[in-house]
Amino acid sequence: MKKKVLVIGVIGADVHAVGNRILYHAFTEAGFEVINLGVMVSQEEYIAAAIESAADAIVISSLYGQGELDCRGMREKCDEAGLKGIPLVVGGNIVIGKQKFEDVEKRFKDMGFDRAFPPGTLPETTIEALRELLHMEEEA
Amino acid sequence: MKPVLLIDFGSTYTKVTAVDVEAGCLLGTADSFTTIHTDIGEGLEKALEKLHAKTGELDYAARYACSSAAGGLRMITSGLVPELTAEAAHQASLGAGAKVLKVFSFQITEDDLEEILRINPDIFLLVGGTDGGNTECILHNARMLASIPFDFPVIIAGNRTAARECERILEGHEVHLCENVMPKFGVLNIEPVRKKIREIFLNRIIHAKGLSEASELISGILMPTPSAVMRAMHLLAKGCEGESGIGDLIAVDVGGATTDIYSMTDGMPQDASTVYKGLPEPFDKRTVEGDIGMRYSVHGIVDAAGIGRICQLSQLSQERVEELLELLDEHKDMIPESGSDLEKLDFALASMAIETAVARHAGTMEETYTLMGLTYVQSGKDLRHVGQVIVTGGSLIRTTRTGEIASHALASPAAPMSLRPLKAEIRVDRKYILAAMGLLSEYEPQIALRIMKKELEHDGYSEQKNS
Ligand code: B12
Repeated sequence: MKKKVLVIGVIGADVHAVGNRILYHAFTEAGFEVINLGVMVSQEEYIAAAIESAADAIVISSLYGQGELDCRGMREKCDEAGLKGIPLVVGGNIVIGKQKFEDVEKRFKDMGFDRAFPPGTLPETTIEALRELLHMEEEA
Repeated sequence: MKPVLLIDFGSTYTKVTAVDVEAGCLLGTADSFTTIHTDIGEGLEKALEKLHAKTGELDYAARYACSSAAGGLRMITSGLVPELTAEAAHQASLGAGAKVLKVFSFQITEDDLEEILRINPDIFLLVGGTDGGNTECILHNARMLASIPFDFPVIIAGNRTAARECERILEGHEVHLCENVMPKFGVLNIEPVRKKIREIFLNRIIHAKGLSEASELISGILMPTPSAVMRAMHLLAKGCEGESGIGDLIAVDVGGATTDIYSMTDGMPQDASTVYKGLPEPFDKRTVEGDIGMRYSVHGIVDAAGIGRICQLSQLSQERVEELLELLDEHKDMIPESGSDLEKLDFALASMAIETAVARHAGTMEETYTLMGLTYVQSGKDLRHVGQVIVTGGSLIRTTRTGEIASHALASPAAPMSLRPLKAEIRVDRKYILAAMGLLSEYEPQIALRIMKKELEHDGYSEQKNS
């Protein structure tokens, strides 16, 4: 079966590189084809990479607290670029400080994200969620 | 003595260069108008007469030629995302010495088809999608192409998953399959396409353009002139067995209609704190500025630089500059007399042509203030450490102020984010030998390199200027 393709990267002016590298290895290990855009990735870069590679999902990391601002408009841009319905997931430390995660999650879902994850989410949890989102369990 | 003849059929001039490969030296150069409308051999004969008047009759052991006559190698490319595969296709074509008339991205439309038919290129390069990635776009574009009556060869160098189907869609046409220009995201693979373009050029295009009439005079290979210059510059930078190169360089060819820039350097970020964005760049990169040229594209120069800077550099009033620009519009073949106002204007135009073209070729550095402080983001090639600038083109060869004009290739405090060379040695190709040495490099690289090192005159050493 063809590998599922993920485009990953850390959005905005965020330079936290360690988690990104860990996720790259974890996803690759788990059998995904991973296109890693590294740190300081703009919305346009995710979209361009996803178009050329016919990606199955875009996985956005944000660690420095400005995730909400950086992610705004991402879904609309995907629609505009012809990536209608592409799964968008986000995780890391996506907002500043301690906020009730249900509220945070709702705000990201309202922005068109399929899933948003709280701080401290383990790579295994992330992989499982991606498998579910991409209906990989049924196919396997 | 073992003389070899090197010929460049240019769009305006046919240039001939004689080299003694035994002694490893230049025997002479000459030129004459290119005669594409009658018999291309006529212009060549005239140029040879002139050459032999200087050198005496020569019995050539071989004759090699390159050509940019009859419009050069005219290409159209189509890719998917403008900054990704479309740009990769563009790069591959320029690197093969082509003149790229149009770059399409995403899906080709009906209007685009009309344009394709009107341009009627020598080669169409069809790409899009990484291997295993998007197939929709390249298949759509193949189908669109198949719907029109065309007669040019098509190179397919996109997503390999779609390659065979594209070939079937275009059945009945001359189709060449090639490796993907971007097999993986962010990986450039342009060499196979460059090779294929050159092959097609050899087998087909030189005949179609009536250049083969001269072929009985020529024993060796043909390639597009920019491709020959590219080879020469690569050799000059890198060196070859037994002869070292001069290191990282840029070369600028300011023509009448366009300005070509070549850079031979890696150009990737020098330190770990800089984040690189965008497509990786090839070591040997060529760009062409279609709106920057000394006669057919003077207005492009003025638009880019602003009339104010042209006046300032030429030390002429705006009225006088405008008057002269009008004159140039009517007389494209004007050559300035020494001390004339036109000479002053040409100085300003050439300076700004170089500044604009090199600035567009070079990468940029963006400063981003993050919460942690300053971070640098680089896109394109970093040329700051490049230590050699080679200049050629009529307007630079004729003037005595070559070094001054060429210094505009360098970094300027006025544009701190532009990654142009900080300081460099300037060399001028006064005898117009770059294309010839590129041809010779195929057979006698060591001699070609030695001749270049000797003949490319030093013209000063420059650092950042204040203008
Ligand atoms: C090291 C570090 C830095 C280094 C980064 C070096 C580098 N180039 O990588 C430096 C010093 C540069 C730095 C700077 C800043 N940092 Co800092 N940094 C940290 C620190 C201590 C560790 C980060 C790390 O590497 N963790 C280890 C990796 C493995 O974990 P991770 O990055 O979280 O990634 C994992 C998960 O989050 C998850 N994950 C990641 N992405 C995704 C995506 C999805 C979809 C899912 C499901 C999961 C997921 O999986 C990853 C692997 O397990 C954290 C605190 C901490 N302990 O987490 C603060 C922290 C991230 N930084 C913080 C801040 C505020 C900053 C600064 C703004 C200012 C400052 N206080 O220094 C700047 C911002 C600079 C910038 N422009 O980005 C805050 C963020 C606060 C918030 N979001 O509310 C933190 C949480 C510290 C804190 N408690 O205040 N930082």
